[in-house]
Amino acid sequence: MSIQQMKNLDKKILVQLENVGVFQNNKWLVEDVSLNVEKGKIVTLIGPNGSGKTTTAKIALGIHKNIKGKVKKFTDKIGYVPQKISIDWTLPIRVTDFMQLTHNLNENEIENALNLTGVKNLKNNDLRNLSGGEFQRVLIARAISKKPDLLVLDEPVQGVDFKGEIALYELIKKISDKINCGILLISHDLHVVMTATDYVVCLNGHVCCSGSPTAVANNKEYQKLFGDRASTILSVYEHSHDHTHSADGTIKNK
Amino acid sequence: MFDDFFIRALIAGIGIALVTGPLGCFIIWRRLAFFGDTLAHSALLGVTLAFTFDVSIALSVFIVSSIIALILLKLQKNTKLPGDALLGLLAHSSLAVGLVVIGFLSFIRFDIMGFLFGDILAVSTSDLITIWIGGAIILLILKIIWKPLFASTVNYDLAQAEGMSPEKANAIFTVLLAAIIAISIKMVGLLLITGMFIMPAAMARNLSNNPKQMVIFSIIGGLLSVLIGLFSSLELNTASGPSIITAALFLFILSLIKFKKKSELKQ
Repeated sequence: MSIQQMKNLDKKILVQLENVGVFQNNKWLVEDVSLNVEKGKIVTLIGPNGSGKTTTAKIALGIHKNIKGKVKKFTDKIGYVPQKISIDWTLPIRVTDFMQLTHNLNENEIENALNLTGVKNLKNNDLRNLSGGEFQRVLIARAISKKPDLLVLDEPVQGVDFKGEIALYELIKKISDKINCGILLISHDLHVVMTATDYVVCLNGHVCCSGSPTAVANNKEYQKLFGDRASTILSVYEHSHDHTHSADGTIKNK
Repeated sequence: MFDDFFIRALIAGIGIALVTGPLGCFIIWRRLAFFGDTLAHSALLGVTLAFTFDVSIALSVFIVSSIIALILLKLQKNTKLPGDALLGLLAHSSLAVGLVVIGFLSFIRFDIMGFLFGDILAVSTSDLITIWIGGAIILLILKIIWKPLFASTVNYDLAQAEGMSPEKANAIFTVLLAAIIAISIKMVGLLLITGMFIMPAAMARNLSNNPKQMVIFSIIGGLLSVLIGLFSSLELNTASGPSIITAALFLFILSLIKFKKKSELKQ
């Protein structure tokens, strides 16, 4: 590969969403979202529950098939940490088997990846017997084990204790620097995440606002959505709405 | 020394157990037990059509079961009925249509009991060739699609996101199920084929701690069921197909005892 090509790759857009949306059961799960994830950059999706964060990530990954708008993907090397995985009792599976779910890895690669997230000792454990935090660490280790170009992390530190949470975010940042991958991160831990992020997209069924972390934090729409105190980034996650949602997610008394 | 037909039955049974072992594991993992049943029921329609158009039973059953399986995949996407209701719908309608068609075939008499329970002792040499060549092809394809199929069994979204094309793997797997039912229906019969899928795999689950181990134990369990079942049916003069399933049940109960001990040791 020539130096010129390398330079092009460095700036490469990994995935591009153009006005995408999903319309299901007579309502929009998410509507009119546009964003790019570039190599070496971290894009964070934030927003309240049911705002379409996971849906947007799944659109980017090609999991949702019937979508409006366009998705362009420029890489096949993708690592994904889904929001939820449940392993059925009928399936006996150890951590080491799970590590090789979509790629073949040798012993060294498995141990290195597990070591990075601090769970090397769990290699031969039954996957179903891990605690929530341990399971997240294994999920992250698996996603980074093959050095992907694009990492999609859906609430990657849920269930991890506070100290571990910061360490894992630091690790994610370190990995993205080291293997120069692009990251699409979903989180509502604003206070921890926003500092390391290059670009924030604030969702609530549509893009409320987007931009650099500081720009978003000072944005009126964002403050409306998350409450005034959210503008001081280190505040506790807490928000009040300008409208309420009924149980099925439709907006009332706007 | 054994009669020739008994040796043929053994070879046929071993061939089937080698294939139902790994497929059975996936059936259990993916909670498809009732799905196997549905395919087996639809096989009756295939059998009657084979008589109507005078084509090979294995071929006809394979085509009908594959079509039913693919209709099911399509229906699952396009209707809001839950999976088990759809399975029931397809299972019973294809069974009923099969029986109605039999009614029209008054010019042919065939032993319906034979297809419900199978007759492994009536296996011919050409049946053996079908089982072993067909079985080898099924296992080969299963090996090729193993990774995407297993990944999508653990988590469909993850498999899709990381480029494993789970939809294709699922469709191929469904056709493989139809194929093994087609080549084994004459031996084990409609009502017992699901037992051959599920019981060795269920036994294997109690003994294993990783997927490959479970597949191996499932194959061993199936082989033992065939051997014990056939030899005891010879000794006790019982029906051979049900004897095989009874042997599988016996092995499952044994595995429960082992399983209990293992969990006690852990505690």
